[in-house]
Amino acid sequence: MRYLPLTLDDRREMLAAIGVGSIDDLFADVPSAARREGLLDLPLAQGELEVERALSRMAAKNMVAGAVPFFIGAGAYRHHMPAAVDHLIQRGEFLTSYTPYQPEMAQGTLQALFEFQTQVALVTRMDVANASLYDGATACAEAVAMAHRITRRGKAILSGALHPHYRTVCQTYAQFSGLQVEALKPTPGRADPIDIDGDTACIVVQYPDFFGELRDCSALATRCRQAGALLIVVVTEMVALGAVTPPGEMGADIVAGEGQSIGNALNFGGPYVGLFATREQHVRQMPGRLAGQTVDADGRRGWVLTLSTREQHIRREKATSNICTNSGLCALAFTIHLALLGEAGLTRLAQLNHAAACNLADRLAALPGVRLVSECFFNEFVLRLPMAAASAVAALADRGVLGGVPLSRFYPEREELADLLLVAATETATGNDIDAYEAALREVLR
Amino acid sequence: MTGWSQALRAPSMAASDTPTFTGNRGLQVEEKLIFEQDAPGRCGVDLPEPPPHNNRLGGLARCSPIGLPGLSEPQVVRHFTRLSQKNYAIDSGLYPLGSCTMKHNPRLNERLARLAGFADIHPLQPESTVQGALELIDTLAHWLKVLTGMPAVALSPAAGAHGELCGMMTIRAALSAQGDARTRILVPESAHGTNPATAASCGYAIDAIPNNARGRVDLAALKAKLGGDVAALMLTNPNTCGLFEDEIVEIAAAVHAAGAYFYCDGANFNAIVGRVRPADLGIDALHLNLHKTFSTPHGGGGPGSGPVALAAALAPFAPLPWIVHGDAGWRLVEHAEGAAAAAIGRLKGFHGQMGMFVRALAYMMSHGADGLRQVAEDAVLNANYLRVRLADALTQSYPGACMHEVLFDDRFLKDTGVATLDFAKALIDEGFHPMTMYFPLVVHGAVLIEPTETESKASLDQFADTVNALAARATAGDAASFHAAPRLTPRRRLDETGAARKPVLRWRPNAVQRDAAD
Repeated sequence: MRYLPLTLDDRREMLAAIGVGSIDDLFADVPSAARREGLLDLPLAQGELEVERALSRMAAKNMVAGAVPFFIGAGAYRHHMPAAVDHLIQRGEFLTSYTPYQPEMAQGTLQALFEFQTQVALVTRMDVANASLYDGATACAEAVAMAHRITRRGKAILSGALHPHYRTVCQTYAQFSGLQVEALKPTPGRADPIDIDGDTACIVVQYPDFFGELRDCSALATRCRQAGALLIVVVTEMVALGAVTPPGEMGADIVAGEGQSIGNALNFGGPYVGLFATREQHVRQMPGRLAGQTVDADGRRGWVLTLSTREQHIRREKATSNICTNSGLCALAFTIHLALLGEAGLTRLAQLNHAAACNLADRLAALPGVRLVSECFFNEFVLRLPMAAASAVAALADRGVLGGVPLSRFYPEREELADLLLVAATETATGNDIDAYEAALREVLR
Repeated sequence: MTGWSQALRAPSMAASDTPTFTGNRGLQVEEKLIFEQDAPGRCGVDLPEPPPHNNRLGGLARCSPIGLPGLSEPQVVRHFTRLSQKNYAIDSGLYPLGSCTMKHNPRLNERLARLAGFADIHPLQPESTVQGALELIDTLAHWLKVLTGMPAVALSPAAGAHGELCGMMTIRAALSAQGDARTRILVPESAHGTNPATAASCGYAIDAIPNNARGRVDLAALKAKLGGDVAALMLTNPNTCGLFEDEIVEIAAAVHAAGAYFYCDGANFNAIVGRVRPADLGIDALHLNLHKTFSTPHGGGGPGSGPVALAAALAPFAPLPWIVHGDAGWRLVEHAEGAAAAAIGRLKGFHGQMGMFVRALAYMMSHGADGLRQVAEDAVLNANYLRVRLADALTQSYPGACMHEVLFDDRFLKDTGVATLDFAKALIDEGFHPMTMYFPLVVHGAVLIEPTETESKASLDQFADTVNALAARATAGDAASFHAAPRLTPRRRLDETGAARKPVLRWRPNAVQRDAAD
């Protein structure tokens, strides 16, 4: 087998050196009832060619986003990735190294994480960011738990325009922690009625919200501050921050985000990279790893993992989170892509996304019976169709167009949302794609 | 013994200590932060002018700069290439971190995960357009079910600790459904830190169980702690001392007799894959780290994937989404309804770590039933070989055969003035990543070595010779050279205390730069 270096002679020699007669002697502690003598009922070993053939067959059954007019977002966005990103993250020194527990052997990973933390802090306009969490949804749940720890209050209020997966992840995480989660009703196109009381630990809003809408949260931040609650702002499309006022400037206490759209492919939903940023005074309540600057024995600048007394491997049951493995390589991809973009590139990329979405929205809203529900948005918006959005999406897919996500997929119980379609456009959408979408939708609505 | 022993006998500062003009040392190149290489207006991508459009940002257009640096593509490529060269990796050598299973990461897996049919599909496309992706996930689930012997597997957890959370939540949900409000979780003292942290985040109190003199759970102590308020036992098997819990059948029986569930941390599944099915040990829930046993790359700290195999009693509580197969092909169950009405909810966005699923399945198919069994055997063989090769110089904590990793403590360093940490740092100068240090907590100055099955005998011999020579040097009274280690890395020993005392967690422009910008 190509991944196993030991030869039959090696194995014999090594067993002799150990002083046992057979490999079975080394498994003697396994209770006899649990020992499997024969092979399990699974296929036998295969060469690269065979495995590649089998998996390629499965891959070929999927409709590839890049091969069709594609307009799906809802928390995962398809952007062009510069070739250098994937090349660099595949360098074995990044790809096949462990969490940087031995800093002298991992200065590369640590410096990249320090750059990642700085980039996230800059883009969100927050003081500090951690070295990543699993994804945006778990970052949001961790933010809620952190607000609970800081305020010692018992209730979290989730905006109705928070990504429904984020909402359910918060509810799942909180169900056994003693925290009460109040999720407001989804009302696309309208702001949430938010009441903050003395037991409110935090308010969670999304920006741009799940329905694409941009809402200023400065006033809400002020209300939170006055009431002693924390404002958590969730960002699922970081490219937006190239064009719009950052949450830190509007008074967010914690920003929890999904970093996928910078540096990472769609990957059918994962792996992605959770972003987490906050104010300086909350640093010691943060979940996850942190890279920090220090000096070595010769006084030269270097980096280490730091403040680990917050973490499970030191604090065990008193840790701020149970997280260990995070999304290091996805964070690296984010860092490389954002380093390539820089100030000018991110700004331009955001303009291109906004332009594509505005033009698509104008074209589609001009179709008979179609209404644009969203007012202010970045690269995603909601349309009201004169038919069930789920049927329209299925009919569009039959015509080779991936036209968005029907809100009924997330809210099957809410009939009032059945005709609503969530549509995204990024810089990858060409004029021809927009023409094709318009023509296909016209046909479907006929 | 070959060349490296020479240097050990005559440690020399040699040319490496002579300062260079640049601060670089040959292939080790000093590299500034990207923020220190900024030139305003420079950009590493070429993007067109946006077409005319009706702006809809309302009053929320950004009005101040972000502060991101401008670099060209060659600068970015060189920067990250130089950073990569300051890392050690499995690709560069033996990485014997105990409990981490740093095995070879096959490149076929990388190629397949990047097939457009897997990498360029959106999780919310209509199900009819992603049948191949759902088939792949279901196929992976089948392999994991056969390997564990368990009837169900929850695939969405993103890493081992996330899998623990999934397992403990399903247990708590199952107990709640029976109206049984148990409050305690038993966790051995040797457990990974994630175990107690996970149990605590599910609202449980943690009760530690001691090890016995053989490095296993003390069965009598366990039985004494079991009671009507115990929800579950969380046990790692093989355990973090590298030993198989040989009384596991009795342990499972005692746990079940008390009405509790048996959770197993499967971080060490590599030792038994294909040879032992956890279901046959009486385990009710077990997470598998695809980034350990099934070779998906660690990536400098993730991403991972932590599927959880579940017994029939826990399966109804598995998190969403579920993948089911029916007349119209594969389908995602995304809401707690019908058969999934009791699901604990959702543990992450979308459907799990697809990119890791592709890699893990490619790995399992490459090995097959026969190869996976060989993986466990070679992993255990390699660890035992190191055990005997190091037996004279090091002090094994629990004598006798081990599984896939071998635990030593620091008795061999007694009175040498050398601590486990110093010993590890000296190994760095020898070109090896150190083993896991100071874990598990049940022995003093732990040294936990896991070579994995992808090391050759020559590689193990070189490592053993080096460790033995270092041990001899420590015993010979050369503590100073250990305290000075590492000397040959891009940075020497780093001040971790200072880093924590005055945390600097991001770059900031210095005052001069800020003034200039104003």
